[in-house]
Amino acid sequence: MMLRVQDLSVVFRDRAGEEPFTAVDRFCLTMDRGEVVGVVGESGSGKSMTAHALMGLIQRPRAEVTGSAVFEGTDLLALSPEEMRRYQGRDLSIVFQEPMTSLNPTMRIGKQVEESLRIHEKLSRAERRDRALDAMALAGLPEPESVYRQYPHQLSGGMRQRVMIASALVLRPRLLIADEPTTALDVTIQAQILETLKDINRKEGTAILFISHDLGVVKALCRRVVVMKQGKIVESGAVDDVFYHPQEEYTKLLIASRPARKKLKGGRQDG
Amino acid sequence: MGKALLKRAGLLIGTLLLVSVLAFVAFSVIPGDPTGSVLGMEATDEQIAAFRARMGLDLPVWQRYWNWLTAFVTGDFGQSFKFDMPVSELVFTRAQATLVLAAAAFILIVVISLPLGLIAARRQGGIVDRVVTVLTQVTMSVPNFIMGIGLMYLFALVLKWFRPEYVPLKDGLGAHLRYMLLPALAVALPKSAMTVKLLRGSILGELGQDYIRTAYSKGSSRGSVLRRHVLRNAMIPVVTFLAMAIGDIMAGSIVIEQVFSIPGLGRILISSIGTRDYPVVQAIVVLLAGVVVLCNFLADLLYRVMDPRIDGR
Repeated sequence: MMLRVQDLSVVFRDRAGEEPFTAVDRFCLTMDRGEVVGVVGESGSGKSMTAHALMGLIQRPRAEVTGSAVFEGTDLLALSPEEMRRYQGRDLSIVFQEPMTSLNPTMRIGKQVEESLRIHEKLSRAERRDRALDAMALAGLPEPESVYRQYPHQLSGGMRQRVMIASALVLRPRLLIADEPTTALDVTIQAQILETLKDINRKEGTAILFISHDLGVVKALCRRVVVMKQGKIVESGAVDDVFYHPQEEYTKLLIASRPARKKLKGGRQDG
Repeated sequence: MGKALLKRAGLLIGTLLLVSVLAFVAFSVIPGDPTGSVLGMEATDEQIAAFRARMGLDLPVWQRYWNWLTAFVTGDFGQSFKFDMPVSELVFTRAQATLVLAAAAFILIVVISLPLGLIAARRQGGIVDRVVTVLTQVTMSVPNFIMGIGLMYLFALVLKWFRPEYVPLKDGLGAHLRYMLLPALAVALPKSAMTVKLLRGSILGELGQDYIRTAYSKGSSRGSVLRRHVLRNAMIPVVTFLAMAIGDIMAGSIVIEQVFSIPGLGRILISSIGTRDYPVVQAIVVLLAGVVVLCNFLADLLYRVMDPRIDGR
């Protein structure tokens, strides 16, 4: 087993006297190497917060993160921020929802893709460049050499998300957390990005924790899914079971809230 | 960029023309005449008329302006009434002290405000941040000549670290600069306060951006996030502000020269206004306006270089 998350909770205590807010409540998950697991839920269900907690991106004094997340034998949640930095971007990395703002506007694409390499490995400039171009090709960027020299504002949303994927993959992490990577993109681009993620999983054996509000997208990519609501897991299991035989009312609502699919394949939704 | 540049250059020349017209008109509106201060009280009417004819003062305003302008563009700034020497010579010898003062003030602003802004932003809410916030509020609300008088009082009269006696450049660069330090500080402090405030706000604004989270997710340390990502983006508005502040610094230097009795452009500007020595005033005003407009132009250029999102590089 590559990752075992147990009772992960994230609690915000903004001010003394105020009621603490539990964003994630005893989240549990196991993942094998190379596995693709989905996490679904409406916005505010705590799925992104879970991803950020696993990546060590939640600032400690503001929020309390408890539980354990044992990744290849190390409990990530027990690490100090300094120790966690050695894992970030190298063993596990993340792609965010907002490709338009997640890249530094005044830094060339190449430098941003190479950043993890610069932090974690001692390589010459040429070696870094080669590996960055390699990752960019893997992420499906056409003409990586010219994109390498460009700035984010010169690229479309889909291209930027591919840049994000390339920079997350440049050190070939074992786990990629994709936090709603296609939500901000239009449908055709969304499908292409999903295809790219699938390829990466197949070719590189990268495990992917895929977070989405869209059960249909999760179904296209994952075999296993966890459904979250208000910080808690309400249902989990094989995607087909959850999709075709939802046990929970909430899951049924999530499925029913997909208007496009409902119109096309309406009959299958109730099952 | 070429087109924008051309437009800017046109604006530059237009502004300078307007400033020179205004200065000229101001002098024909205010009462008084250079003859009194040059020829003295006992001058006869014939002497006065001869002087006015020699200096071209008997011509109508528009003609005088035209004569001045055509000479000015060829580099001939005219003759000072009072000192009986070419204005260009007078202005350039006096400009040295002002330029040293302004340059020292600019360097002080950068040296003071960049580290303070960084520390204040980095330790937001910490002691340094709070002290800096109070200090910036105070220094921002004090005019620079009051600051100058205060510094003079403190360092010259109370602490006796400073002798209020001007040391010219020919007495040695070190001594000259040592004398200039206090007036430069008086000019620099209020502007530094603004710069610190701007930089702090700019850094905090950038720290809240999504790309900062991306940098952290790759394993960057806080220091490296600040250096590699925040600083460059946060510096864009600050550099623009600093370039535009150069005009203000020049103006501030001219005022401070009075407090510290530095024989720079400010001294001669004010005495020339008193004696109605308008070629001198005209030249100084237009040159200062030129510096201000040029700095704004420079700020615009820098902004384009630093931010790749501005089109047409």
